[in-house]
Amino acid sequence: MSADAGMSCQELVELVTHYLEDALPAADRARFDAHLAECPWCVEYVAQIARTISAVGASWRDVEAGAGMAELLDLFRGWKRGALA
Amino acid sequence: MSETLAPLTDPALAGDEELLGALRLGDERAYVALVRRYGALMQRVALGYVRTPAVAEEVVQETWCAVLTGLERFEGRAALKTWIMRILTNRAKTRGQREARSLPFSSLAEHEHDEPAVDPDRFLPADHPRYPGHWAAAPAEWSQTPDERLVAAETRDCIRTAIASLPPRQQVVISLRDVEGWSPEEVCELMDLSENNQRVLLHRARSQVRAELERYLTSEREVAA
Repeated sequence: MSADAGMSCQELVELVTHYLEDALPAADRARFDAHLAECPWCVEYVAQIARTISAVGASWRDVEAGAGMAELLDLFRGWKRGALA
Repeated sequence: MSETLAPLTDPALAGDEELLGALRLGDERAYVALVRRYGALMQRVALGYVRTPAVAEEVVQETWCAVLTGLERFEGRAALKTWIMRILTNRAKTRGQREARSLPFSSLAEHEHDEPAVDPDRFLPADHPRYPGHWAAAPAEWSQTPDERLVAAETRDCIRTAIASLPPRQQVVISLRDVEGWSPEEVCELMDLSENNQRVLLHRARSQVRAELERYLTSEREVAA
């Protein structure tokens, strides 16, 4: 496929992160946008990636640190006493 | 930088710089605030390299120990969080390598093949006369799933499991970028990655999590129908 040919769906799904990070060269960005303008299925795909990103952000809410705060505080108090090498 | 002992008004809201200053003076609240801020992230990143939560916990503890004893030498050239996370990843890696050596098979090898974002079977073949590389069938539509559904406890479990099954470096990149909101530059600095490699790791990670989310959300739908 030549560089100025239209972008395929398969190509687009591999470039979506570059697109969202604004890291595509201008020509590829234009091909990406042109594809989206005509392909509702890829619009759906890009929307799914966007939803994935926000869902990942929410996925660790309320997950506590594993190591116990009590042990970590002992560590700190030991350090203050100069007991930590 | 002022050397006066400015009292921390609210450690949870204080910036890292301020906490660092207070920590150097031995302020326990600053330490607690930093542990709360970075503890969960550290545990998660450590788990990307070692086998069990218990070992990850040890790595986190060793890291805080190294942070405290290294405070005097820390010159602040890197951001505090970068410095902490670098100590953590170095220790976790060492630990992971030691574990791998003591086991007959290394399941910790990085499986970072060039996996496609989407199963190639879902596209028309490259030699298709009219639509090469076009979706063979419409992708399942779930982008309009209500927020309540996407942040429901079970969905979050599904996402965490998906992240946990990624190769270590992908786990670290997606956690830092999409959970913690680090900038690409900060991630590159921490992990010694080029901008492009950082993006590639992020891309694979997000693509995999999207695929798992799709499997989860659409299989539930079939059950409901």
